[in-house]
Amino acid sequence: MNIINIEHIAKIYTVGSEEVHALADVSLRIDKNEYVAIMGPSGSGKSTLMNMLGCLDTPTSGLYLFKDNNVSEMNDNDLARIRNKEIGFVFQTFNLLARSSALHNVELPLIYAGIPSEERKERATQALLSVGLGDRMHHRPNELSGGQRQRVAIARALVTKPAIILADEPTGNLDTKTGEDIMGLFAHLHDQGNTIILVTHEEYIAEHAKRIIRIRDGYIERDEFVTNRIIPKTKISVN
Amino acid sequence: MKELSFELKEGLIISFNALKANKVRSLLTTLGIIIGVTSVVLMSTAVKGIDEAFQTGVSALGSDNMYITKWSWFDNDVPWWEMRNRPEVIMDEYDQYKRMAKLPLATAPSAASQQTIKFGDSKIEGVTITGVTSDYIKTTNFTFAEGRFISETESDGARMVVVIGSEIAKQLFPNGGAMNKIIKIKSNKYKIIGVLDELGSWVMGDMNPDNQVFIPLDCVFKYYQNARGSITINIRAANSQQITIVKEEAQSIMRRIRGLRYDERDNFGINQQEGLLNEIDSTIGVVQIAGYVITGLALFVGAIGIMNIMFVSVKERTKEIGIRKAIGAKSVTILRQFIMEALILCLLGGLVGLLFAVILSMIIEKMDFPVSLQYDAFVLALLISLITGILSGFAPAYSAAKMDPVEALRYE
Repeated sequence: MNIINIEHIAKIYTVGSEEVHALADVSLRIDKNEYVAIMGPSGSGKSTLMNMLGCLDTPTSGLYLFKDNNVSEMNDNDLARIRNKEIGFVFQTFNLLARSSALHNVELPLIYAGIPSEERKERATQALLSVGLGDRMHHRPNELSGGQRQRVAIARALVTKPAIILADEPTGNLDTKTGEDIMGLFAHLHDQGNTIILVTHEEYIAEHAKRIIRIRDGYIERDEFVTNRIIPKTKISVN
Repeated sequence: MKELSFELKEGLIISFNALKANKVRSLLTTLGIIIGVTSVVLMSTAVKGIDEAFQTGVSALGSDNMYITKWSWFDNDVPWWEMRNRPEVIMDEYDQYKRMAKLPLATAPSAASQQTIKFGDSKIEGVTITGVTSDYIKTTNFTFAEGRFISETESDGARMVVVIGSEIAKQLFPNGGAMNKIIKIKSNKYKIIGVLDELGSWVMGDMNPDNQVFIPLDCVFKYYQNARGSITINIRAANSQQITIVKEEAQSIMRRIRGLRYDERDNFGINQQEGLLNEIDSTIGVVQIAGYVITGLALFVGAIGIMNIMFVSVKERTKEIGIRKAIGAKSVTILRQFIMEALILCLLGGLVGLLFAVILSMIIEKMDFPVSLQYDAFVLALLISLITGILSGFAPAYSAAKMDPVEALRYE
């Protein structure tokens, strides 16, 4: 089943009097329970594509269907709703709220979804347990290590049971060992049936995915399945 | 609806966290609101207080009273020199008036003088000494703390007796026991036969009975008056509906007594406290307008301050706004969150201002200035801070709501 169906989308920014074609012409489909890496050097348009996939931005032209809903024509509120319910973001810099506890950070999407307090707490706790942070729930981000922060972010992305998890350089700010742990967690989440889209410029990280889409100059250069997929050695122990 | 209530609760938590994180900044920002609210509450409290004090004062003197005197109190049409050249109002005219007047409830002559009074080592200068007959009390609402008013025998016989106002009693006899004591007015000795209750208030100036003493009319004539025989005719109407006709009757009688032709102006004044009331009201009015202008300015400056700091806050939290939008906050959610923050800032300022106002009005009350703290002042204060909050919070909140999530997330 198609979750994402993109046909000939383009994104053009006007900088001064110049038009910049961040995305020239991109078409792609992503099915349920895929594990896709989007690769490309900086300036290739991969960030623009990620913003588009994450419904943070709308294309200048072309069609974007998300679960058969036409995202290209959605207004701000509809986009916010899709981001809230269907997309789980994981960022390179974690992007947690500094003044809130891990639990509150994970609860946040559920607050915007209008879930009552007890259910919220329950689900947020469950999500934190599933990333192995049961004992750090009431810590603030500055009391957590980088890897732990990223796991809070992953828990926040998971808590709404989204259709896709969109991870933008999730290991970029982590050391190799911790990065490997996080990749292990993604592998585990994928095994559980989640759809994961990974944006990275590191070949090694991309090879954890099952399919790699290479972007260059606003076009898809190559779209291929990974033959020698890296299976992370360490998997997060989950109860 | 459910979403809204969670959102508001989240907004509240965010707001308090933000305030807690920037305590000094928040306090400085709300200073304008604090000053504004303090002054608006104090203003309305003081105005109300003066007003009430005056009302009670007037009712002590009798609100349905009028006074025939040489001078018109509030007549700007007659030049002062013409008033000065008017004949004095004298006892003979009072007797004629009393005979002819049918309508008043009570009438009485009185004459005043400023003198120094003494008891032992205590001395009060410039006290209004009012010479009265026993009828005078019928034109007032005086009540007594002790003793009684001057009797007919005493006033007819010009006995050396005196009734003193509450403030005079307080000053000369701080420990009480004024009755039957002998006080000196100028160089004459009088026995105190009555002490009045506290009746008026300072806003009435010389007319405040608390600061007066009352002696038989003839004693004033004999010992204190320069313009010999000049009196005031005190007239009381039965009720406020009667005032106009009592006044018209008094005017026609006085004109007849004075033998004025139809084309001649009145050469006497018929004065009412209403005139005094209008005078005070217009003074209060000016003070009130000045106060509201100051208050308005303080609040305006306060609102600008809040707006400024909210813009700073929005800028500082650009990243946070981006994060919230990315995980599903709608624009309107962000808008509400920042308006709520401004609102809470203003409400806190308003509450602190209110607290200051209450403390200050307590201090002022201790200084014997009449104040009257009203519940509408509380409501007014909170309403003003609420409106200021919304108005000053809107523009920054709107700029936050309109942020592009992609750019906001990129902001460092």
